[in-house]
Amino acid sequence: MTATDEPKAPGLLDGKFSPTRPLAVSGNLFAFALDVVRALPKRPFQLREFIQQTWFVASVTILPTALVAIPFGAIIALQLGSLTRQLGAQSFTGSASVLAVLREASPIVTALLIAGAGGSAICADLGARKIRDEIDAMEVLGISPIQRLVVPRVLASMLVAVLLNGLVSVVGVAGGYFFNVVLQGGTPGAYLASFSALAQVEDFWSGELKALIFGLIAGVVASYKGLNAGGGPKGVGDAVNQSVVITFLLLFAVNFVITALYFQLVPPKGQ
Amino acid sequence: MGVAVEVSGLSKSFGSQNIWSDVTLTLPPGEISVLLGPSGTGKSVFLKSLVGLLKPEKGSIVINDVDLVTTSEHKLYEIRKLFGVLFQDGALFGSMNLFDNIAFPLREHTKKTESEVRSIVLEKMEMVGLQGAEGKLPGEISGGMRKRAGLARALVLDPEIILFDEPDSGLDPVRVAYLNQLIVDLNAQIDATFLIVTHDIGTARTVPDNLGLLFRRNLVMFGPREQLLTSQEPVVRQFLNGRREGPIGMSEEKDVAQVEAEMAALEARGGDSHNGVGPKGASGGDAVPPQLTPTEGLPERKAERRRQERVARMLHEFDEGTQEAIRASLPEDLLTRADSGAFEPTRGAGGRHWAPEPDASPSGSTATAVLPRQGGEG
Repeated sequence: MTATDEPKAPGLLDGKFSPTRPLAVSGNLFAFALDVVRALPKRPFQLREFIQQTWFVASVTILPTALVAIPFGAIIALQLGSLTRQLGAQSFTGSASVLAVLREASPIVTALLIAGAGGSAICADLGARKIRDEIDAMEVLGISPIQRLVVPRVLASMLVAVLLNGLVSVVGVAGGYFFNVVLQGGTPGAYLASFSALAQVEDFWSGELKALIFGLIAGVVASYKGLNAGGGPKGVGDAVNQSVVITFLLLFAVNFVITALYFQLVPPKGQ
Repeated sequence: MGVAVEVSGLSKSFGSQNIWSDVTLTLPPGEISVLLGPSGTGKSVFLKSLVGLLKPEKGSIVINDVDLVTTSEHKLYEIRKLFGVLFQDGALFGSMNLFDNIAFPLREHTKKTESEVRSIVLEKMEMVGLQGAEGKLPGEISGGMRKRAGLARALVLDPEIILFDEPDSGLDPVRVAYLNQLIVDLNAQIDATFLIVTHDIGTARTVPDNLGLLFRRNLVMFGPREQLLTSQEPVVRQFLNGRREGPIGMSEEKDVAQVEAEMAALEARGGDSHNGVGPKGASGGDAVPPQLTPTEGLPERKAERRRQERVARMLHEFDEGTQEAIRASLPEDLLTRADSGAFEPTRGAGGRHWAPEPDASPSGSTATAVLPRQGGEG
C-alpha cells in the first residue's frame, strides 16, 4: 500500500465549494437526459405505466390549469381592452387577446402547472421510492428504472403538457371573450371577426411545441432529482423543492429562446 | 449449485472518506456466509457493491468469470438476474399488493402466462409462510411480514446468490429464530450461495458455514465459522461476546492504553466466561455451538458435504484451537483422509478450496480465505 492509499479522514469541505461543481451537476443532468433518450426506443414499452402516469399527471394538473387560465385570459382582456380604447383600435382587441394567449400565456401557464403540480408529484413519488430502497431493489431485479419508470413519466408529462396547452388556449380565449364582451361592453361580432386579423395557425403550433419541450424538461428534471434524492424524508422534500425551482428557471430561459427563434423563422402576418 | 463470488482487493470511498479497503474474500458456492461488523463499517455498502449498485474504486468482484467492477452496464443487468437481494425493510413496491410485488420479476423477465405466474408466486409465498396475505399492501403489514415478502420476491427468479441485509433487524427473537431456520431450509432446497449481513451474534454462531468481520475499514478475518468462533483476535472476541471491553469503541476507535486497562479489568473479573450474557445473542465463552440443520423432511444441505471436504483440505492452515473445533465437525472418512495426507495442500489455488485444482502450483502465494491480522501476525 502506498502512502496515497492511506484512508483519509473526511475533509471539511469535501469539494462543496469546488468551482467546477455546478458544471458537474449540469453535466449529470444532461447525461441523465441522454440516458432517457437512449432508453426511449427500448422494448418492451411500458404502456400500462405510461397510461397510468398520463392519467395521474393529468388528474393533478387539469383543474388547477383551468382555474389559472380563466383569470389569465381575463387579465389580458382587461389590459388590452383599456389599451386599445386609448389607441382607438378596439376592432383589434379580439385579435391581440388571442395572440397573447396563444403565443405566451398558455405555454407559461402550462409550464407553471406542469412543473409545479406534475413535476413535483413525479419527483416526490420517485424520491420516496428511492429512499425506501425500491429503486435499488428494482435495479437488483435486473430492471432499469430509467426504462421502467422514467421514460413513461417523461412521455406522460410531454403528452399532458401538449393537451394542457390546448386547454389553456381554449379557456384563456373564452375567458378573454367573456370579460371583453360581458364586462367591458365590447362587440361580440367585432371580437370574433378580428380573431384571425393578427393571429395565425403557426402561433398555435409554436405554443404546442413549447409545451412539448416544457413537458420534456419538467419530466426529466423531476425524475433526475427524484432518483437522486438522499438523506431520508428531508432529502425528498429538498429534491422536490429543487426540482420545481430548476424546472422554472429552465422553462423560462427555454421559452425566451424559442420565442426569439420563432420571430426569426415565422414571418408575422401581413408582411 | 450456487455460484462462487470472488472478491479481491476491493476498496470503496465516498469522496475523501474511505469506507473499507483491500477486502478479499471468497463466498464458496452453495454455502451460507455471515458478514459481521460494528455499525457504520460499510457492511451495507459492501452488499451494494456486490450487486453493482455502487462502484468500488479498486479491486474485482468475479462471478461466472465476469468482473462486476469493470463490466458494462448491459452485462451488469444480466449478472444481476443471478442475484436475489433481501433489503433491510424488504424494499417492497409500496403501490403494489404483495402478490404483484412478488410476481413483478416474473412479469418483467419471463413470458410466463398469468396462471403459471400465479402458481409460482403462491408456492414462494407458502415457502415463507405468507399464505392468504396476497392482497395486502406493504403499508398494511408488519415488519416481519415485509421481510418475508421481500424474501419471496428475491426467490422468485430462482437466484444463484442470495444476499440478506440485516434480516434480523426489527424482529423479535422468536421471529429471528424462525427466519434463521427458513434461511437454512431454503439453502437445503435451492442450494444457492447465501451472504447474510447482520449484527446478531446468535445468528452468526448458529447459521453460517463461514464468518467474516469488518472493522476499521478492513476485513479483519473471513473463514470457516470455527475459525472466528475460536479466534483469540481481540476485535473478534469483543464482537462475539458483545462486551464494552476491547478495541471497538462507541464512536469507532479507542486508544490503546484504555483498551489494555479494560482488558486487564476484564481478566481480573474472570474473563469472558464470567461476563454473563451480552446483547443480541452474545454470550460468554468461546464454544462453537452446533449449526442449524434443515427441518426434518427436507433434503440434506448439499453444501454441507462440500464444505466439509473444503475445510478438511485447508485444515493444516489453522491454529490448534480452530483445528480441534473443525475436527469435531468432520466425519470419519474425511478426517482419516486429511490425516493421511491424501489431500494435497491447495495453496495457490486462490482460496478455491472446494475444488481440487489439477494445475495448482505449490509455489504460489499462500492465498487462503484467511486474512492477515491487523498489525502483522498475531
